[in-house]
Amino acid sequence: KMVLAQVVYQGKNDSEDSGLRFATCQLLWKQINSETEKIQEELNKQLFDNLIHFLRQSHSELQTKKTEWMCRMKSSEIPTAALVLGVNVTDHDMTFKSLSEVLQDNVTPYVVSLQAKECPGIKHLLQKLMGQLMDCNVDVDSSEEEECVNISQKKIRCSMASLSKWYESVTKKTDSETPSKKRTSSSRHWQSPPIVVIFKDMESFTTKVLQDFIVISSQHIREFPLVLIFGIATSPMIIHRLLPHSVSSLLCIELFQSLSCKEHLATVIDKLLLTTQFPFKLSEKVLQVLINIFLYHDFSVQNFIKGFQLSIVEHFYSQPLSVLCCQLLEAKKRVNSLSHNQCENIRSLPSFRRYVESQVSEKQIALLTEDSFLKEVTQTLLEDLHIYHENYFTVLRCLHVFTTSLPKYPLGKQIRELHCACLGKSVWETEEYESAIQLLRMLAKDELVAILQKCAEIFISSSGKQFSNTVEKLEEFLARFQNLEETSEVQDVSVSSQKELQKTTDLYHLQKTLLALKESKRSKKLTKFEMLRFEVVDFIDSLVRSYLAPAEMQTLNEVVYFNTANTLREHLNAAPRIALHTALNNPYCYLKNQTLKSDVGCISNTAPDICIVYKLHLECGRLINLVDWLEAFSTVVTAVEGTDPDAVATDQVDEIIHARFIRAVSELELLGFIKPSKQKTDHVARLTWGGC
Amino acid sequence: MPNFEHPEYPEATLLHLESMVPCRESQVSSLLSIFGERQHFSFPSIFIYGHTSCGKTYVMQTLLETLELPHVFVNCVECFTSRLLLEEILTQLQSLSSEKKHGSHVPCDTFNDFVRLFKQEIITQDLQNQTVYIVLDKAEQLREMEANVLPGFLRLQEMTDRNVTVIFLSEIVWELFRPNTGCLEPFTLYFSDYSIVCRDLKELRHLAALNFTKYCEPVVRGEANERDTRRLWKNIESHLKKAMQTVYLREISSSQWERIQKDDGEPGHLKGLSAHAHVELPYYSKFLLIAAYLASYNPARTDKRFFLKHHGKIKKTNFLKKHEKTSNHLLGPKPFPLDRLLAILYSIVDNKVAPTANIFSQITSLVTLQLLTLVGHDDQLDGPKYKCTVSLDFIRAIARTVNFDIIKYLYDFL
Repeated sequence: KMVLAQVVYQGKNDSEDSGLRFATCQLLWKQINSETEKIQEELNKQLFDNLIHFLRQSHSELQTKKTEWMCRMKSSEIPTAALVLGVNVTDHDMTFKSLSEVLQDNVTPYVVSLQAKECPGIKHLLQKLMGQLMDCNVDVDSSEEEECVNISQKKIRCSMASLSKWYESVTKKTDSETPSKKRTSSSRHWQSPPIVVIFKDMESFTTKVLQDFIVISSQHIREFPLVLIFGIATSPMIIHRLLPHSVSSLLCIELFQSLSCKEHLATVIDKLLLTTQFPFKLSEKVLQVLINIFLYHDFSVQNFIKGFQLSIVEHFYSQPLSVLCCQLLEAKKRVNSLSHNQCENIRSLPSFRRYVESQVSEKQIALLTEDSFLKEVTQTLLEDLHIYHENYFTVLRCLHVFTTSLPKYPLGKQIRELHCACLGKSVWETEEYESAIQLLRMLAKDELVAILQKCAEIFISSSGKQFSNTVEKLEEFLARFQNLEETSEVQDVSVSSQKELQKTTDLYHLQKTLLALKESKRSKKLTKFEMLRFEVVDFIDSLVRSYLAPAEMQTLNEVVYFNTANTLREHLNAAPRIALHTALNNPYCYLKNQTLKSDVGCISNTAPDICIVYKLHLECGRLINLVDWLEAFSTVVTAVEGTDPDAVATDQVDEIIHARFIRAVSELELLGFIKPSKQKTDHVARLTWGGC
Repeated sequence: MPNFEHPEYPEATLLHLESMVPCRESQVSSLLSIFGERQHFSFPSIFIYGHTSCGKTYVMQTLLETLELPHVFVNCVECFTSRLLLEEILTQLQSLSSEKKHGSHVPCDTFNDFVRLFKQEIITQDLQNQTVYIVLDKAEQLREMEANVLPGFLRLQEMTDRNVTVIFLSEIVWELFRPNTGCLEPFTLYFSDYSIVCRDLKELRHLAALNFTKYCEPVVRGEANERDTRRLWKNIESHLKKAMQTVYLREISSSQWERIQKDDGEPGHLKGLSAHAHVELPYYSKFLLIAAYLASYNPARTDKRFFLKHHGKIKKTNFLKKHEKTSNHLLGPKPFPLDRLLAILYSIVDNKVAPTANIFSQITSLVTLQLLTLVGHDDQLDGPKYKCTVSLDFIRAIARTVNFDIIKYLYDFL
């Protein structure tokens, strides 16, 4: 954070409010961060409740068993929760952290989390397990601290026997104390809280360790209540792959599934982006970058949020006017204290220039010359922008209700897809929108009514007051649909013309009536329902046209929209091989040295040695002859110095050049482009192919 | 008239013992005769082997406890180092005669120390005149420990010069134990299976426990009596079949099974573990996995045929080598270098893929998820090699989600 502060301060001088910008940025991030945590908590609630229920059941069941031998049978099984979390491993840490917190608060103080890399052997596993347990004992009761220290100093013997002894001693103590835990009275097993062992990454554990641990602990299961939680990233089949039947028969496995990461992302987008709660917005391209990384690469919601954070930082750092990216009232206040420099910044915004051009000439002059007038106008423009957003999100949700009911989802199934479509360009000009409207005109009545009801709810719950008309209109539509049912009548126009057709015998007349009939069919009187449907669709279309205009068209959108997608892509989806290739192939790109600039295609001798060696090696096959390579290198290098005919004549490579060559080649080896080969003497093997 | 006859022990005890060990009378009586009287020296070591749950541990425990013989019982899986094992034996030895339940901790690092401490302990416990039995359960673990541990236990009687017998319990035969440096051979004793059909008594008991109430139902309802086995069997048969398909394989847990029984519902709505085989992967991870599968099961020579646009007409027979007549799928996945994986990836993905850091980290994640494995990873710069470990069904399901017809690209199905 300190670094961040420095960066923002250094970025622009203080006439551009860098201090304030930094403060705003931090405040915003704090709010967003707490919001994301809240979302996560809500999403995990169901899962955690189920798990806690399972934990409660698992060991209390034993006491209520009817037949004694059945109880004995069951009690030798270790209750195990297989927790399927999905492949987004980077998100799991967060889940496990809150899981152990929840368990510690509600179920038992003895929660142990194990990671595969800490447990290469059963010994390490037990060490880790006991270490965490003994520590948590200190947390529970500080008066016991001395004794615990003694234990740890004695270098605890890592065996299950000592673990069960420890458990006995701990529970005895809590028994003698007053039953402080809340639920003690209701369920007996609360007096002996279970020991919960979480295997965070089941897939990475070796079978040997897992098997040994399960076999050992199953023999002590009667001495202390143990519950295992397997964190599974792929599928629960992995349990069968890791554990043979003789071991898995010692477990009593129940399956739990977390919310899918896609649903999680949808909620995050819904709560962070499709809301006026936070002033900061992402442009279509930036959002696309973030979503693409999510869908194509990692499925990680954490990374998505990190990307969002980076966009915030980047926006506040690079855009001086981001100082106005805060709540509307505050922003209006800040406008008043803008410096002249900042006013000039506003004037140079493309969207503002567009706005100026659309004004009458006196106003244009005033806007461009008077700071006070500019500030006044800016305030109203900011308000307009805010209203635009309020309307935008409401209408977007409404349109989404319509488009999700369509077959094949021409505008996308998720609201984020619809949002991207509307953000970038005028959605009503796209083909997809056209086909969506076509499909809407064919909706069945029940569906249409249901959709309209949902829309009405959305509009009612929206904060904007300007939608009271819309709500009225929607309710009117609904009422008319209601009426339709009562007065549905059959049109007999076509029936009568059919009769006419039968009457006519004359060919000419027949032709004429047929034509008329065809005509009437084309412009056939629509049923009342169809008429109404057209009206509804037209109404929705008009809403879209007036409220879902792309953000780029809005004046001052640059203040709140972050749109340098390239920067973000470079940071989040780096291409190291391409960067390395560029650096070696075109050193000017990074060194910015004018002498290197002219260099296109040919090999410049002014380039660093490693670049020359790299370019030469690109022309070689799988095996590179070192002597030839040195020769070529020497030719290139001496071509500059050029004036030394002796060196060329004697066919003897200069010692310095030789040394430079060796150094460059070993640098290439270090970078992983070549390696020494045993196939041929004095040859090295190439390891990379293609331009990147 | 008891089956067991032994002058040392009272008849009542022997009768009681007999009732405790059904179907194991012959083994017990031979053990009894080997043990002899309390003060007799017995075999220095006895090796007992037999399948899972054929009563080895149970019989030994019952025998030693009923006859009140001084003994120490340790599980070698639990004591995973020799130090733990030796200390555990000494600790248990301490608590043999003394009233306190847990003996104090005795540090013991080497077998040499153990022999010394063991001798001392026998004297302090006043056990010189009886055979002390040390039972090592799951003895196959001893092979993982230091080389001197197993031969040491085999000769414990000789080394300590005390009346001690070490009993090994194992699921595998003695031939797999015998160290190549030679050792004192133990007396071996085989515990046969209880019957030909039952391979695992524990599982049988488990299933019986779970289904017994259901079995009794007709009796409780008064529709049948206890002897009416045919009717009872008819009632339980389908139910038991379901149990064999679910609980027995640990597809669903025993408590879930009980809940289903209580609700009298079908287990159909409760999916087993294997029903959740589907794995959701990011878009490029799917293609990486498909590329890895192709690279693992197609010979590298055939890549041209599958991934070049104008490969001409190459029939399978043209590049069929003699040894390749067997299906690659029967031979299992072959390792492939990273470059080949990326090359195949670039050609099967429709749009252009940049080799970004994300792509490389996705390969690593696939390795941590155990969908790929890294082969011979001594040098990361030296072009790492991978193997694809997923099944054909799995990869077909993945390919279907991205509309990729993987069968068309597999050499085996050409």
